[in-house]
Amino acid sequence: MIRIKCPYCGLRDHSEFNYIGDATKLRPVNPELANDDEWFDYIYVRDNPRGVHQEYWQHITGCRSYVKVLRDTVTHEVLKTGLPSDSLLFSYEAEK
Amino acid sequence: MSKYSVLSLIKNAFNDNKNWERAWRDPEPKKNYDVIIIGAGGHGLASAFYLAKNHGIKNIAVLEKGYLGGGNTGRNTTIVRSNYMLDENALFYEKSLKLWEQLSHELNFNVMFSQRGVLNLANSDSQMDAITRRGNTMRLNGIDAELLDRRQVEKMIPYLDFSDTARFQIKGGLLQRRGGTARHDAVAWGFARGADQLGVDIIQNCEVTGFKTKGNNIEIVETSRGPIGCGKVGFAVAGNTGHLASKLGMKLPIESHVLQAFVSEPLKPIIDHVVTFGAGHFYISQSDKGGLVFGGDIDMYNSYAQKGNLPLIEDVVTAGLAMIPGLSRLRIVRHWGGIMDMSMDGSPIIGKSPIDNLYLNCGWCYGGFKATPGSGWVFAHTIANDAPHELNAGLNFDRFRVGRSVDENGGGPVPNRH
Repeated sequence: MIRIKCPYCGLRDHSEFNYIGDATKLRPVNPELANDDEWFDYIYVRDNPRGVHQEYWQHITGCRSYVKVLRDTVTHEVLKTGLPSDSLLFSYEAEK
Repeated sequence: MSKYSVLSLIKNAFNDNKNWERAWRDPEPKKNYDVIIIGAGGHGLASAFYLAKNHGIKNIAVLEKGYLGGGNTGRNTTIVRSNYMLDENALFYEKSLKLWEQLSHELNFNVMFSQRGVLNLANSDSQMDAITRRGNTMRLNGIDAELLDRRQVEKMIPYLDFSDTARFQIKGGLLQRRGGTARHDAVAWGFARGADQLGVDIIQNCEVTGFKTKGNNIEIVETSRGPIGCGKVGFAVAGNTGHLASKLGMKLPIESHVLQAFVSEPLKPIIDHVVTFGAGHFYISQSDKGGLVFGGDIDMYNSYAQKGNLPLIEDVVTAGLAMIPGLSRLRIVRHWGGIMDMSMDGSPIIGKSPIDNLYLNCGWCYGGFKATPGSGWVFAHTIANDAPHELNAGLNFDRFRVGRSVDENGGGPVPNRH
């Protein structure tokens, strides 16, 4: 079991959450101006790192909030959690 | 290298089985190869085999970081079928199935291909409509499919829950009789032996650590056993594709996820076919040793760990019991995880890459095992001719950019939904 610390509900089993996916992708700022390559990158392309991955989980059986999670994809260890607006990767690298 | 036959079996039996030759060599890597395939699983070995056999390329190496067939080839549920609907998939997997039907002869190695039939159950009226459409589409493509109603399913596999109180009533099923199972390890071993006989160097314990490029070409593959020069490079590394691509600064429409599979204690023959559930994700067959081999969904989160988590096991078992209540007292003796290269549309990518002399064979999601011979066949063609075979032309890397994704389930660009 992976244990995820929801910022509102505290430490919970991952079975209470729904995995949303990669939290590093940003929708093109001006959708009407974005070209095919930008859409391709946003919709399809993933870093898919072996190691630290910044991702969204949704606490569906709890507060239903999105939670940002920094997790190691090799060990499944949760390194950091926070609000969707937090830049976990940045603060994790800074603390290292 | 001697051919396996009844005579060689008798001869070696008289010698106490002490004089069997090695099935393949253990060569030192050479300085240079015309083609380097990375990954000695079924796909990589099949690609090398067909490159040598169909295209006359002799100077080939297959590099493997661990041992041959130790990745997903040794970690799947061994199901072989071609019950696809979209042309890009259907015709390709059907070619693969036709190769399976001849494979033991072709390789002079018994891959124990057993066409026991694959039955997909339908548990609702809408599912009956969906499998009817699928079956008709398959037949239009010349692929065998039979629609069974509830009574026919009951006659064929009476051990399902046909009671009036069953939570998920069985409405019928779609049967592909030519589908079945094969012995997964034997497929890797057979292709390895076949490729080795054609002069392919299979180099195990040789991890690729990086690449040296010149212009838009890979010149040298850096490995844990030294640098190796290359003409062309093919990736056949399944779940590790993203990791390997990152060494070239390349990003792909792929995520790696963990899929678990299970084997029960051995039983006398009970499940004679491959059966899949309609109301949940569950598939089961019985191995020749008697163990029930089954699996379900992926764990749903990105993972490079070859192990999964308990909630998913509970999920799979729940679906299994809803389908076959008689499994309830069975014990699971082994379970394991493999890393799936989940593509963004659920279909594989076999073709050219943004790098001139690099070819991609990835994005197999759950379904790579059945594709093994077909994948090798078309990948070898693509590498040898620097252009795809007609069967993998639609499964190219560029399809995402131009909006021609091959989305069999209509799941959208969400990798864990395929």
